[in-house]
Amino acid sequence: MTVKVLNPGLSTTVQDLGRPGYFHLGIPIGGAMDRLALRAANLLVGNDEGAAGLEAVFIGPELEFTQDAVIAVTGAEMPIKIDGAERPSWTALRIKGGQILSFGYLQKGARIYVAISGGLDVPLALGSRSTYPIGALGGYKGRAIAKFDELPVGTVAFAGEGRTIPERLRRRPAMPAELRVLPGLYWHRVVEESQQGFFDDPWKVAPEADRMGYRFRGGRPLKFVEREQPFGAGSDPSNIVDACYPYGSIQVPGGTEPIILHRDAVSGGGYFMLGTVISADMDLIGQLQPNTPTRFVEVDMQQALAARRDRQGVMQSIRDILV
Amino acid sequence: MSNRYSFGGDEHLFVECDESMSLEAFFKSLSMTSAVRESRIAGVTEICPANASFQIKFDPDVIKPDDLLRELTAIEGAAEKTEPVIKTRIIEIPVFYQDPWTYETLMRFRERHQDPKATDLEYAAQVNGLSGVDAFIAAHSGAPWFVSMVGFVAGLPFLYQMVDRPRQLQVPKYLRPRTDTPKLTIGHGGCFSCIYSVRGAGGYQMFGITPMPIFDPEQKISYLRDFMVFFRPGDIVKFKPIGRDDYDRAVEDVVAGTFAPTIRGVTFDLREFQKDIDGCNARLEGALDDR
Repeated sequence: MTVKVLNPGLSTTVQDLGRPGYFHLGIPIGGAMDRLALRAANLLVGNDEGAAGLEAVFIGPELEFTQDAVIAVTGAEMPIKIDGAERPSWTALRIKGGQILSFGYLQKGARIYVAISGGLDVPLALGSRSTYPIGALGGYKGRAIAKFDELPVGTVAFAGEGRTIPERLRRRPAMPAELRVLPGLYWHRVVEESQQGFFDDPWKVAPEADRMGYRFRGGRPLKFVEREQPFGAGSDPSNIVDACYPYGSIQVPGGTEPIILHRDAVSGGGYFMLGTVISADMDLIGQLQPNTPTRFVEVDMQQALAARRDRQGVMQSIRDILV
Repeated sequence: MSNRYSFGGDEHLFVECDESMSLEAFFKSLSMTSAVRESRIAGVTEICPANASFQIKFDPDVIKPDDLLRELTAIEGAAEKTEPVIKTRIIEIPVFYQDPWTYETLMRFRERHQDPKATDLEYAAQVNGLSGVDAFIAAHSGAPWFVSMVGFVAGLPFLYQMVDRPRQLQVPKYLRPRTDTPKLTIGHGGCFSCIYSVRGAGGYQMFGITPMPIFDPEQKISYLRDFMVFFRPGDIVKFKPIGRDDYDRAVEDVVAGTFAPTIRGVTFDLREFQKDIDGCNARLEGALDDR
């Protein structure tokens, strides 16, 4: 069967859990920015956790189903409508052939995930169905979905409708949002006062926030430890000899506006990085809207690993309920 | 020079071989990443070599960060004893310098440039103390370049010029990055040249364009059927200036599926290079004439 796109939303892409293994050639892992939300949506409709679904940012799509299916919408809070009637989120919903799925205005969070029983059956590209638009790779024709597209859906035995994920297992950003950071990489390039200031200062998500990276504004500019720039690094004190960028790494070009690289990261470049957002908080970034007040919280490796186990525990609780 | 290790969150280990760029630092990165690959450490999921550093992505549920660090420092000792010799390939890349497409683009973004009254090539010639654009092109295409990193975006090679440091071309990046760069633009920032594999944002100076695709997600280009990305770290590139007619012909050949890049297998020994740069380069380029 297929799903017809009546209205694509703002930037809606096919995403799964990504394509690891090609970052050394500049091809990022991609995949859902909020992985837990995609995994949960898939489990609700009876798919494998890594099946391909739709990720929509800020504005939901309008989709017409050609056959009966079970769907689930997770992630951001955005009213879900089937033929205009409001339906619950984080819940397996039956949709009949000919019915239309649409959305109201975004209330909280930034990205919704739509899983459809059977998963979106676009061709695999380097082992994944995720869309990497810069490389015109994967997803539906290598791009965000557009009006009149007909998205192919695989087949799967229907899961029961009505199953739901309880409120306590759905994560919402705190206010202000808190992102835990392990300092490192080129942390030594900024003076102590700026190291402290980075964690003390209030920041806000800038409008330039997408799948490649999230930019932040509002904190004091960083001061650099003085040095003669190394050969090949470039003349600005924030420059380094072009190096690899970790996912979640925080670069601060010119020392002014931090940028956190996300799933569609550029794989390297010539800006120093002062640390990395821990793996447990990467999903959360995908749910931050522009202007969200944000604080960076310093953690060490032990705390990072403990936070990772916490998140794995939440995911396991979801599996225990649904599988 | 001994490595500096630092964790990038709980899933990456960053290893800086040297703060400064040099072929020695690049070779250390290359030999260490090869050694890490061969040692097949459980839990290592990606190995990404860069110019003078590299990055390991790992799964901390499989290997503890401190255990990985211990494995890597053990490998460092062995890698330093590795002979700096690689079997690689030299590729001739035709370049249409001063082409109309990068010219149109650089004119659109003039207010982001250090010298709004000059073209990128005129500016590059001036800051390198060369007499003009022709002398700059002669220097740019006169010696081979090492692919010292592949990345930024899909399949983009960073290129490090194989000459002694005083002769290396250095040009600052744009003051503010452009939002557009034509696909297959030959760019330059700091001491690195690059080839933009896809159209998009960029901050490097723009010198010309090549007709030779280096990334093809559809894998229809004959020499990209096996894999969609052309370059590997360690490849050697020689630029060959061409004019509009040769450029148009090459583009037609690409469309017709008959374009075949000139590629030859070569051996590179860093010690031979350090002893006699021009002699070593002449030998490498000589392999290209063997057709």
